[in-house]
Amino acid sequence: MSIWEYANPKKFMETSAMALPWAAGLSAALLGAGLFWGYFLTPDAAKFGSTVKIIYLHVPSAMMAISAWMMMLVASLIWLIRRHHVSALAAKAAAPIGLTFTLIGLVTGAIWGQPMWGTWWAWDPRLTSFLILTLFYFGYIALWQAIEDPDTAADLTAVLCIVGSVFAFLSRYAVLFWNQGLHQGASLSLDKQENVSDVYWFPLLVCIAGFVLLFVTLVLLRTRTEIRARRMAALLSRERLA
Amino acid sequence: MRALLLRDLRLAFRAGGGFGLSLAFFLMVAVIVPLGVGPAPATLALIAAGVLWVGALLAALLSLDRIFALDYEDGSLDLLATSPLPLGGVVAMKALAHWLTTGLPLVAASPILAVLLNLPREGYVWLLVSLAIGTPALSIIGAFGASLTVGLKRGGLLLGLLVLPLYIPTLIFGAEVVKAGAAGAAIGTPLAALAAITAGAWAGLPLAAAMAIRANLR
Amino acid sequence: MLTAQNVAVARAGVMVLAGVSFSLNAGRALILRGPNGAGKTTLLRAVAGLQPISGGILTAVEDDIAYGAHSDGVKPTLTVAENLNFWAQIYGSDLAADAMTAMQLDPLATRRAGQLSAGQKRRLGLARILATGRKIWVLDEPTVSLDTASVALFGAAVQAHLNAGGAALIATHIDLGFAADVLDITPFRAGADTPVLSGQFDEAFL
Repeated sequence: MSIWEYANPKKFMETSAMALPWAAGLSAALLGAGLFWGYFLTPDAAKFGSTVKIIYLHVPSAMMAISAWMMMLVASLIWLIRRHHVSALAAKAAAPIGLTFTLIGLVTGAIWGQPMWGTWWAWDPRLTSFLILTLFYFGYIALWQAIEDPDTAADLTAVLCIVGSVFAFLSRYAVLFWNQGLHQGASLSLDKQENVSDVYWFPLLVCIAGFVLLFVTLVLLRTRTEIRARRMAALLSRERLA
Repeated sequence: MRALLLRDLRLAFRAGGGFGLSLAFFLMVAVIVPLGVGPAPATLALIAAGVLWVGALLAALLSLDRIFALDYEDGSLDLLATSPLPLGGVVAMKALAHWLTTGLPLVAASPILAVLLNLPREGYVWLLVSLAIGTPALSIIGAFGASLTVGLKRGGLLLGLLVLPLYIPTLIFGAEVVKAGAAGAAIGTPLAALAAITAGAWAGLPLAAAMAIRANLR
Repeated sequence: MLTAQNVAVARAGVMVLAGVSFSLNAGRALILRGPNGAGKTTLLRAVAGLQPISGGILTAVEDDIAYGAHSDGVKPTLTVAENLNFWAQIYGSDLAADAMTAMQLDPLATRRAGQLSAGQKRRLGLARILATGRKIWVLDEPTVSLDTASVALFGAAVQAHLNAGGAALIATHIDLGFAADVLDITPFRAGADTPVLSGQFDEAFL
């Protein structure tokens, strides 16, 4: 059996119905555990005080903001190449979720930045890149909403997603060139663990896993809704023909 | 191909005004901004490069929806799509016509507006160079945006929402060339990046736009 | 020159026609008939290559087809001659002058197309088809807003095209005054019992 079988709406509905409770439950458990661990069971940092604990929201949502766009890019490519409707609908479903993660990342960043840098906002490259990512999400979602025919909308948004990815990537480097910023370097990477000590790192990993599963849960949920909506439209148009 | 370019140029000139409009808008930006920020020459010199580039962006944006909308409404786009011309070539020619009628006059007029904004003298050459290299990218990126919204009744606002984020790298590198040039600093990197964006956009976007138009005509 | 076997077409995710078969040979014309909304335009657009077919096989050399839509693609600010020459150049043909004469547009050559009457504009649109020099004409309601004399003019042009070995697929309601096969597409309208085409259209969601 091939992986493309899941691209059949019916098969997808069956499988996702089984996977959904697990993803949701596991996500809730991980997030509950990770956030509790992070917020209540870790010491205040010497340099940052208790403000550092916002990383348990800030870092995972920022990571998921980018991952969601990547997922949309992959789904768009699958739609353009193989024309599986579920793929297009999954990309559509992921966009508002990705936008929400981006906004959470920006807002928590501002809340953290105020005590740390003494300002809510600075045109730091990373902040700017996220703001630009927000704009790309807005455009993508607006285009989906503007076009009536679902297949045309899927085609156009997929093309926009691919072209947008290239330009978002370019913007990232343009912004880096434009302003070398004050953001601390990568707070999480495997060879740079010394940036964040283990005490903070493990609960952060749990939170990230929780956020990933939260994203999966929400995308499955919204894709199912989109499939049902398409099914309803198809049934209605069939009724009109009969 | 050449016939299409000539036709579009002829249409732009005959439409009366449509072609001067972007230029007038560009001028408007250069007049409005000093009125907003105050007449201090030092302040204006500081922001001149950015304002001129943002003005170029907005002026290009204004005329984008005309690239395909008129041809879509009167059915020419259907006929062009079924003609022997490759649709990507049609997009490129229309973007070129757009650049010749809006981008090029804007490049030519920019030194005059730079006077209004008190751009340091060393920046003039680089303003011309960066606009000459960068505005073609604005036209082809805009044509891509217009191809996405061509089937929509009120695509104008959406077009801005789609295209402006795509303009960001061009804007950053373009303004950077002028700023660095005016300050007498090295301009090699941003200039190369700007040229690369223009070249890459002209190589790739006509095909993407052709795809979008085909989807829109279906 | 053009054959359709069991072709199905869809519009906005809904099947419009299914099981359409016909073949068009050199020197022949095929008239499509059917009530408004039957799917004539959709079928013609599919033949012209503007939209994909959702089933069956459509065989044609795409470089042989000239498509004439509802709207003529006439630019009001260009003169009649400029409009026509542009399309002739696009198709790489030198037939613009002949086409202009055939549709009796010569007296109007230097007039701006925006000043033409609806019927004159339509004649310019048809002259464009003539000027393409393509073998298969695919025309959608070509006689809208034409007067009787112009219809006869157009009929004669099609006849000449057929005599020269061309072919034409025309959706129209009126008699064009030349011998042609007629295909009524009403029986092919897709209904609720239209077989589901796997995975291609919204039927995948049923």
